[in-house]
Amino acid sequence: MSERLAPQNKVPFWRSPQGRAWMFQLCMLGGFLWLAVSMYRNTLVNLKTRGISSGFGFLGNEAGFRIGEVTGIPLPQGGLLWFLLSLVAGLAISQLISRHLKSKSERPMSSKWLSVCLLLCIGLPMLTLYIFRDSVEIVHYTESSSYFMALLTGLGNTLKVTVIGCVASTILGLLVALGRLSPNWLLSNICRWYVELNRNLPVLLQLFFWYFIVLQQLPNVRKSIDLGGWLILNKRGLYLPSLVPQQGAWLFCAAVVVGFAAVWIIHRRARRILDETGIPVKILFPSLAVLIGLPALAWLVGGQPFTLDFPVLKGFNFKGGTGLTPEFTALVVGLTVYVSAFNAEIIRSGIEAVSKGQREAARALAMNERQVMRIVILPQAMRIIVPPMTSEYLAIAKNSSLAVAIGYPEFVSVGGTILNQSGQAVEIVGVWMGVYLCISLLISFGMNIYNSKVALVER
Amino acid sequence: MALFRTSFICLLIVGMASIAQAGTLENVKKDGFLKAGTHIENPGFSALDSNGKRVGFDVDFIRAVAAAVDVPEIKYTPLTSKERLPALQSGEIDLLSRTTTHTMSRDVKLGLDFTVTTLYDGQGMMVRKELGITDAKELDGATVCLQTGSTTELNISDFFRKNNISFTPVVFDKQPDVRKAYDTGRCDVHTTDISGLAAQRSLMKNPADHVILSEVISKEPLGPVVRHGDNQWSDIVRWTIWLTMAAEEKGITQANVEEMYAKSKDPEVQRMLGKTGSLWTDLGLDKGAPVRIIKTVGNYGEIFDRNLGPKTPLRMERGLNKQWTEGGLIYAPPFR
Repeated sequence: MSERLAPQNKVPFWRSPQGRAWMFQLCMLGGFLWLAVSMYRNTLVNLKTRGISSGFGFLGNEAGFRIGEVTGIPLPQGGLLWFLLSLVAGLAISQLISRHLKSKSERPMSSKWLSVCLLLCIGLPMLTLYIFRDSVEIVHYTESSSYFMALLTGLGNTLKVTVIGCVASTILGLLVALGRLSPNWLLSNICRWYVELNRNLPVLLQLFFWYFIVLQQLPNVRKSIDLGGWLILNKRGLYLPSLVPQQGAWLFCAAVVVGFAAVWIIHRRARRILDETGIPVKILFPSLAVLIGLPALAWLVGGQPFTLDFPVLKGFNFKGGTGLTPEFTALVVGLTVYVSAFNAEIIRSGIEAVSKGQREAARALAMNERQVMRIVILPQAMRIIVPPMTSEYLAIAKNSSLAVAIGYPEFVSVGGTILNQSGQAVEIVGVWMGVYLCISLLISFGMNIYNSKVALVER
Repeated sequence: MALFRTSFICLLIVGMASIAQAGTLENVKKDGFLKAGTHIENPGFSALDSNGKRVGFDVDFIRAVAAAVDVPEIKYTPLTSKERLPALQSGEIDLLSRTTTHTMSRDVKLGLDFTVTTLYDGQGMMVRKELGITDAKELDGATVCLQTGSTTELNISDFFRKNNISFTPVVFDKQPDVRKAYDTGRCDVHTTDISGLAAQRSLMKNPADHVILSEVISKEPLGPVVRHGDNQWSDIVRWTIWLTMAAEEKGITQANVEEMYAKSKDPEVQRMLGKTGSLWTDLGLDKGAPVRIIKTVGNYGEIFDRNLGPKTPLRMERGLNKQWTEGGLIYAPPFR
């Protein structure tokens, strides 16, 4: 036997499976690179012969146009390096901890260590940001900012919609899915129609519906719905008083965060004691004390953290305060409703895919319906739900570009303006593609990590 | 969708094989149709009539060029303002006639050639009559609806910045959506070129409720655009337009052009209409081209009156667009 096997080791490299696999991969890579390079060169030559200027230098030019919705972008100035360093350090330490735990046991990282890692990854950078808070500048886009800042503002608007849309559509989707599974005939049928209706109408049509039909029914500025100045609603949007941070704002916010963290720890401790000893621990009062006491203390020490800025009718519109524009609302509502229908189906199919025996067994253990769902069904369903949900999140990010149609200044809309002002079509389309690719990859990356966490139950 | 379309047109730029720089005329003749870009919907300039035929001021100049080169068919590509320039650069169209403002950066940097200004326009603002506004400087804090991807966005920002007053823009991709948003009351102001405002007003629920402010905040010379580098093609477009302008000056109309060709004793009319001399054959066209052009679209005045004039829903005055002999800016170089 060994004599027969021996010559196999001497198979020339190009005939061994691995060797051939490598060769094919290299050929493929070479072909791809050749294609990319020739495309690049072809473009450059074409642009040159047509007398079209190229390059990214125009991004530094003054934009000169206004953007309707501007979220301030915090840009670390001097502390940027330290911020990045602390971010890297946090990630590295987390990685080390996870490696160490994995080598010690086969079990997935316990939630205790997970929270330590999270704390490191988020806390360390936040701490540096706090230390260098004076060197963080909140940049508000104006007409005299550069094209680059305009793009960044558009990107900020896109991300805002994407994040809110993902969270909201998941919650709504879960509710609709549970509604469809409900034994109540009416509820389950309403949910069924909700899904069918939203799934089968094009998303652009739905955006138009929300924007031009629903939101334009609101009253005019002068006939606004006004709740004593606290809440004002009209065609131009929803206006609320805004918080203007004062000197003690940092301290106050920190106190609130610490308060919540403390409550969480108290809660966990009580749970552990209950699990180990069976003695219930009262946590309401200590929790409340921490939650209210800490911020109150911060208020006393640092002075009033915020003042309120009320919206006032001045000239054409309400000035001051904060609020939602109809464009933003229509986009978020439209995308959320549309995607929630798909999410509901994904969640429902995931739940129904868990075998009936599981549910019966759980009931036999005298669990109530909520416990059955929370402890037995959902964890198993998650493994089926998460991968297709990723696609839906990607869909939100990409469909947010439809906002051009309803006047919300997101990334594509702003890019389009720049494209037309500067004429740099190839560059702008390149930036569009690159940025959406990055957003998509980031979402998939995050969801894959989450997926590997929930999927790690097999033994 | 919009993203998809723009990206696609851009891919055409990336992929444009070496389409011969010169020779647009040959290509058009070989194809048997003229590829032209125009508005999606802008009444008076380019819109579909009740028979589904494309009509309008901008369309008439496309038809004039098609008549000049004697191709039976025109392939219209409806474009948003964002898509129009890449479409021309990439060769998807050979002639863009879509109220495009002649600016230096577009002319110099983008591989484009602006031909003749067919309409001297300026950016204006439209508001509701009930607001009682007479001066644009009273618009501090107004919400302004406008279309993305045009000089409009820069002009309005400049205007408010210059006067130290503020505004909130709401920017749409397509002119019909701008109109809808303004008409439903989302915005206080609708801004675009004054001619465009007139066109959009004619489509409002109650056109009489809206007033166009007298303030003109920019110069907007509008006209057809071609690709840079094909001089013969841009000359054809130029002289076709100038012919319609000169025809008005000389009193040549759609109705009497054949009679003028046969009977006119004016040597310039004879040269212009190709009866004597070789002006049109030197340009690469045939001798029948000028008569064909006027027979198809008429002279400049007829084109204006038919699409924009006081008898149309747009009710525009000639203003700057009168003949030079009447104090306007419409002026064709000599046919000599």
